[in-house]
Amino acid sequence: MPRNRTARLAVLGSSLQRSASTPYSSRTGPALRRRIVVGLLVVLSLALITAYFREPDSGGLHDAQGVAASVLRPFQVGADRLARPFRDAYGYVTNLLNAKSDATQLRRENRALRLEASQAQTIFRDNRELRKALHFVSSAEYLQGYGRVPTRVISQPDDYDQQLVIDAGVNAGVRRGDAVVTPDGLVGIVSLAHSREARVQLLTDESGAVSAADQRTGARGIVQHNGGASGSFVLNQVQKSDRVRGGDRVVTAGWRLGRLTPLYPKGIPIGVVSSVNEVDTDIFKRVQVDPYVNFSKLEAVIVLIRRQQARR
Amino acid sequence: MIGQIAKCTALVFVAAIVQVSILNRVSIVGGTPNLLLVTLVSVALVCGSVYGAGVGFFAGLVVDTATLATLGVTSLLLTLVGYWTGRYGETTGRDKQHASLVAMVAATLLYGLAALGLRFVLGEPADGASLARALPSGLVCNLLLAPAVVFGCRRALGRRDALEGTREVSLLG
Repeated sequence: MPRNRTARLAVLGSSLQRSASTPYSSRTGPALRRRIVVGLLVVLSLALITAYFREPDSGGLHDAQGVAASVLRPFQVGADRLARPFRDAYGYVTNLLNAKSDATQLRRENRALRLEASQAQTIFRDNRELRKALHFVSSAEYLQGYGRVPTRVISQPDDYDQQLVIDAGVNAGVRRGDAVVTPDGLVGIVSLAHSREARVQLLTDESGAVSAADQRTGARGIVQHNGGASGSFVLNQVQKSDRVRGGDRVVTAGWRLGRLTPLYPKGIPIGVVSSVNEVDTDIFKRVQVDPYVNFSKLEAVIVLIRRQQARR
Repeated sequence: MIGQIAKCTALVFVAAIVQVSILNRVSIVGGTPNLLLVTLVSVALVCGSVYGAGVGFFAGLVVDTATLATLGVTSLLLTLVGYWTGRYGETTGRDKQHASLVAMVAATLLYGLAALGLRFVLGEPADGASLARALPSGLVCNLLLAPAVVFGCRRALGRRDALEGTREVSLLG
């Protein structure tokens, strides 16, 4: 049986003319040029990384990045506006699907909260009178002594970074070290501030930690991300004698050390205790905390700025 | 040539903005679709390694700037991804139907691992376990995006092939 073989013209060395195409440079150019180009780009990237790491936040590269980020901001805002109707539609559908179970849970919570609120009102009144009687001087607490800068999230980094960029910067009074919250609770801290945008280190960043306290017992500890993709936190350094239990609310402790002011104001909600474990070999309890904030769905946040800072 | 560079730059710029503004918030079974990576791989396959490395570097700069991350980190990773994909397209993957899918799988896996390694070297939080969880679904998302993006890039950039115009011939005997 005759075989049909195929071969390219190039292999046959045909004298047929190829069509007048413009082959691109990387294929026809010398390999040396290709290697030089990629080598230069790699060296440039490494140089950028090194320079960025070595310079302070006020350095030239950081400033240039801030200016470039301002230029990119309208594009990001535009993309966000384009996507918003789709995101809203998706949110509407998912909310509708979960509406029944949410309503049941919220009714249960509402009953419990109504009871707590009536108790809290009495306690609050007593507390105010007792403070007045004792001439008690208190430090700045959550939303007392702090201004609020509501702003939107303009970009979220990839899976690896636990940081996001917000649409407010030094011009709005935002400074490095300001606490960032949502109505649900603590989000993180401003780690870098440019004139019109700022970077926020989320609480889910493993390198971050916050001094916290159990609201019911007053037990203190340090909240850190649990690691991995679990989304939960651990309240470390809690004494075994402290009677922390599931369902307790964890808030920022807002400690003050000499002239050092706390990074986070006192009393910002962080989460709710989901489990408490004790190991004989460990001197502390291991308390798991489920955060109030859904860090994967942050669209708008509030930056808490100190009053003097806001006036400046 | 300048028109080609402008088109490539515009494509990856749009992809980078969409990625940092929209897609990084999307989580599908723990993974995030990486439109930027898919676009870069498509551009590199169509235009070659030099273009791939160049637009990879540019895309990385855009991402690092928009997210106020360490300048150069994403540039380094995307430069290498663009270059490798371009070389693959020029050599082994040339004229193969499945080249784009193979390149997409390899680029997604290598980019994930390289990002993890680089972050580890730089002393930033690098969690291998969460990468292992996110990578499979991210890979599936990228593969689902790939056909449309590759098609779009080929249409936008016009496929240029060194063997363009040649035809296969049948030999008898």
